[in-house]
Amino acid sequence: MSTAILVTDAGFTPTDPAEHWLPPADLDSSPELCDPVRVVLTPEADPDLLGPHLARIVAIRIVFPAVADGRGFTLARRLRRMGFAGRLRAAGQLIPEQYPMARACGFDEVEIDADRALRQPEADWQKAAGRQGYLARLRRASAA
Amino acid sequence: MYAYSDFDESFVRDRVRQFRDQVARRIDGRLTEDEFKPLRLMNGLYLQLHAYMLRVAIPYGTLDARQMRQLAAISERWDRGYGHFTTRQNIQFNWPKLGDVPDMLDALADVGMHAIQTSGNCVRNVTSDHFAGAAADEIADPRPYAELLRQWSSDHPEFQYLPRKFKIAITGATADRAVTRAHDIGLRVVARDGAVGFQVSVGGGLGRTPMIGRIIRDFLPEADLVPYVEAVLGVYNQLGRRDNKYKARIKIAVHEMGLDTIRDLVEARFAETRSEFPGAEAALAEIRAAFRAPGFRAGGTAIPSGSPAFRAWADTNLAAHRRGDHAIVTVSLKTPGQQPGDASADQMRVIADLAETYGYDEIRISHRQNVILPHVRKDDLPAVFEALAAAGLAAANAGLISDIIACPGMDYCALATARSIPVAQEIAVLFETLDLAHEVGPLRLNVSGCINACGHHHVADIGILGLERAGAETYQITLGGDPTERIAIGERTGPGFAADEIVGAVERIVMAYLERRESRDETFADAYRRLGLAPFQEALYTEGSKEDAA
Repeated sequence: MSTAILVTDAGFTPTDPAEHWLPPADLDSSPELCDPVRVVLTPEADPDLLGPHLARIVAIRIVFPAVADGRGFTLARRLRRMGFAGRLRAAGQLIPEQYPMARACGFDEVEIDADRALRQPEADWQKAAGRQGYLARLRRASAA
Repeated sequence: MYAYSDFDESFVRDRVRQFRDQVARRIDGRLTEDEFKPLRLMNGLYLQLHAYMLRVAIPYGTLDARQMRQLAAISERWDRGYGHFTTRQNIQFNWPKLGDVPDMLDALADVGMHAIQTSGNCVRNVTSDHFAGAAADEIADPRPYAELLRQWSSDHPEFQYLPRKFKIAITGATADRAVTRAHDIGLRVVARDGAVGFQVSVGGGLGRTPMIGRIIRDFLPEADLVPYVEAVLGVYNQLGRRDNKYKARIKIAVHEMGLDTIRDLVEARFAETRSEFPGAEAALAEIRAAFRAPGFRAGGTAIPSGSPAFRAWADTNLAAHRRGDHAIVTVSLKTPGQQPGDASADQMRVIADLAETYGYDEIRISHRQNVILPHVRKDDLPAVFEALAAAGLAAANAGLISDIIACPGMDYCALATARSIPVAQEIAVLFETLDLAHEVGPLRLNVSGCINACGHHHVADIGILGLERAGAETYQITLGGDPTERIAIGERTGPGFAADEIVGAVERIVMAYLERRESRDETFADAYRRLGLAPFQEALYTEGSKEDAA
């Protein structure tokens, strides 16, 4: 199986296969309660359950099961509003158009499989990146 | 009227470039059909029965003469010389070629228009009162709020891939002309202790499961509009069902989880979102400046005398303006026999000319599929009438039984199960022939060609729903629906009627009303509230009337 690709503002990089992601159910039984952990969430997950562990979570990977399933965007914004400051990754079925949406919702990076990276090369993602919509503008206007 | 800023302009141009690129990537395989479809839809392009259909946004139904002329030009260059105005205050072109669509979008962008979010599972074009800024019963002009929501919802990064489409309607008047309670979010401007805010309803909708929106917030201060709506959408995006598209609207979530649960979730989320939009006043003030009233020219406060035809038209197609020397004109796109809501390119240009000459360059599209000239000096009404009459646009039937809302039905739509346009045409022609429409008075008759209810049949005095039963079209009737602040879902009368029986059935309902009304002042809606369904059922199904086995 070929390595998955991580899309960031800097472009494509391979993911680190050594990274280990825990499902939230394993957080409570994890013996080293102080150790930093990485957590993987499915889109229906309740982020409130992460609350007591938030400080030791260094990264959260939110799975996008289908291109049309936008729950992960809302989940990411909730986590940021809860104060989560670690790395936030959107993983799975995302297209380049969704990269700026993911960034605007608080994600740092998007993980895609090797097949998608071949079909939708780095240039497509870079062209989509940086698109700024009305939301950022409205927020600036209301902060002014 | 709102003038698009440089930001709006570059945003729209960028979307056109992006869409060209998406079409190219679909063709070379970088995008699969499943990936391309949501992108195509959020740019307004549907696949219909015979061809693609491009649905162009007319934000809250407001446009000017230049934009109307461009719609005419687009219809001639890339379509068949006409356009169809919809119940969502948009216009649809029914025959574009896929390859022409990016050019059509460019032509729209030339006049500050677009097709963004007119379909797909996102926040759709916000609709509003077509008399906004002109109506005598207005508390506050709803258009600045609608524009604020347009900006907020455009390309909102969190809400482009919702469980299902999401519709917001807003009214600023005491009469609800925007059917707010039939929308996912309905906003009614209310004044309380000198402050302006909104009564907010949630979970309304027509379609196969009609529901009246429930009041989730009795008073929302205007400054909280964006963060509150953002909270509702956030809750919906998380909870809305994604396993069944027919159960994915927020109305089902409200129904299944209960209003109180949804309200608690929304209020908790609102506590978070509120701090992100601390000062809606600044954004609103900027927008309001763009909606300044025109420089009204004073005139006489009486309707000028004229021909009997002019008087009939003035009696029917005018509404009270907030200034005594002006009137609101409804230009009927329902001349009996024509396709409801269609306008030819020539007719669009006539309307544009009249708006420029007599209407301070303002045009509105109503959800009843008519065109509105919101500000016309009473002294100018005879000239406006003459010009409309010469263009076949002076049908004196606004609000009457021949002013029918009809979806495109099986003549265009891939979802339809029955024809709706011919039924609407036959009913309109019948009452024209009998010369009864004015005698009957205000009566809303709406026709949908399938259970998705695009023709709003649930909220009509007489609603007609076309279905297919054993290979034949059959038409069900509902009575007593009401789209106003008294909103009600119509009740089904009983078995449906075949295509060659439906017009006669409508005639029997109307005759029963004429026989039983207390006076000419008792409208159909009032009589129905007093009498209930029974006398109309009797008129429909006894006296030798043919019953359908369906």
